Amino acid sequence: MARAIVNVPARAKRGEIVEVKTLAQHPMETGFRRTQTGELIPRDIIRRFTCTYNGTEVYRVDLHPAMSANPLIAFSTIATETGTLAFQWAGDNGYSVTETASIRVE
Amino acid sequence: MSLRTALLFAASLLCAGAGAGEIPPSERRSGYDLMSRETRAIQDDDATNPGMLWVLDGEALWNRKAGAVGRACAACHGDARTSMKGVAARYPAFDAALRRPVNLEERIKLCRSERQKAPPLAFESRDLLALTAYVARQSRGLPIAIVIDERTLPFLDAGREAFHRRQGQLNLACSQCHDDNWGRRLAGSLIPQAHPTGYPLYRLEWQGLGSLERRLRNCLIGIRAEPYAFGAPEFVDLELYLMWRANGMKIETPAVRP
Repeated sequence: MARAIVNVPARAKRGEIVEVKTLAQHPMETGFRRTQTGELIPRDIIRRFTCTYNGTEVYRVDLHPAMSANPLIAFSTIATETGTLAFQWAGDNGYSVTETASIRVE
Repeated sequence: MSLRTALLFAASLLCAGAGAGEIPPSERRSGYDLMSRETRAIQDDDATNPGMLWVLDGEALWNRKAGAVGRACAACHGDARTSMKGVAARYPAFDAALRRPVNLEERIKLCRSERQKAPPLAFESRDLLALTAYVARQSRGLPIAIVIDERTLPFLDAGREAFHRRQGQLNLACSQCHDDNWGRRLAGSLIPQAHPTGYPLYRLEWQGLGSLERRLRNCLIGIRAEPYAFGAPEFVDLELYLMWRANGMKIETPAVRP
C-alpha cells in the first residue's frame, strides 16, 4: 500500500525541457471527515514531495488536506546531464516512498 | 440531487419518455466519449491513470502464493497476459456448479476458496479489486463477447426485466435514463448509456477503484430503491444484461470516470 508510478523520458537532448509524471498511491484522508457514528477520521496525507536530479533538488511540493487521493504530480525540468531522478514522498503516519528513474542525455 | 430537481427530472421524463427505446448499435457510446478531454487524458496514459496502481497491486497478488495449497494464481494460469486475455470480455459467465452466471469478482473468489483454499476476499476489498483489475486489464481493447445459450437466457431475461422495471421511491427504471435520455443532463451530470466497458474503474468521485456492483448500488440509492447486497444474483443478472447490451464494445479497464 505504498506504490508509486513515475514516468520520465528514457532519453533527451541536452537542454531539452522534459515532462515528468508521478502518481503516488495514497488515500489523502483530510482529517475533516467523520464516520457514521460521528468520530473524526484522523488526518492521513502526504506532506511533501521532492524530486532531485543527480542530487540537486529540482522540484518540491507541500501538500495539504483536501488534495485528491492518489495525487498525480506532473512537472517539467531541463535535461542537463545523464543521471538519475530520485523521487520522495513523505507524509503522516510515517509514510515514506522513494522511487528513481534514469535519464540519458545526449 | 435535491428533491425538487428529482421531481422536475421525473416530470420531464414523463413528457419526453414516449417513443424512445433501445439504443441502435450505431449510436452506442462508451462513457469515455461523453466525458471531458481532461478526464480522457487521465485514462489514456498509463502513467497518469490511477487505476494502474491497482493493476500493479493485482500483478503482485497474481504471483504471490496464497492459501493452504500454497499456490499462486500464476502457478496454474501462468502468464496472465496470455492466459487471461479476453476473459473479462466473456464475464458474467455460466458456472456449472452453481447453475447460474457469476461475474469476474465471484470467479476469482471461487478460485481462491476452491483451488487455493485461501481465506475469502470480501467484495470491494482492495485485494479483490486489484486482482479483478489486473485480470480485466488483459482484455483492454478487446470487444465484449457475451454468448447467450439456453442456460444463460433466463438470467439475461431477468436482467433485461430488471433494467426496464420501475423501482424505488422515484419510480424510475434504468432504461428511462440510460436508454431514453442518455446525453441529457441529470442535475449537473451527463447521463451515459450505461455500458460497463471499463470495470473495475477509477471514479474521481470515489477517489478510488470500484466495481460495477458498487456503481449499480449508487444508481439504486439514487432512485431511492433498496440496493442489493454485493454478489446478489439479481445484480449478476443485471450485469449480464448490461454486458450483453454492450456486446462488441471495447474493454477499457481500468477506465477513469468523473
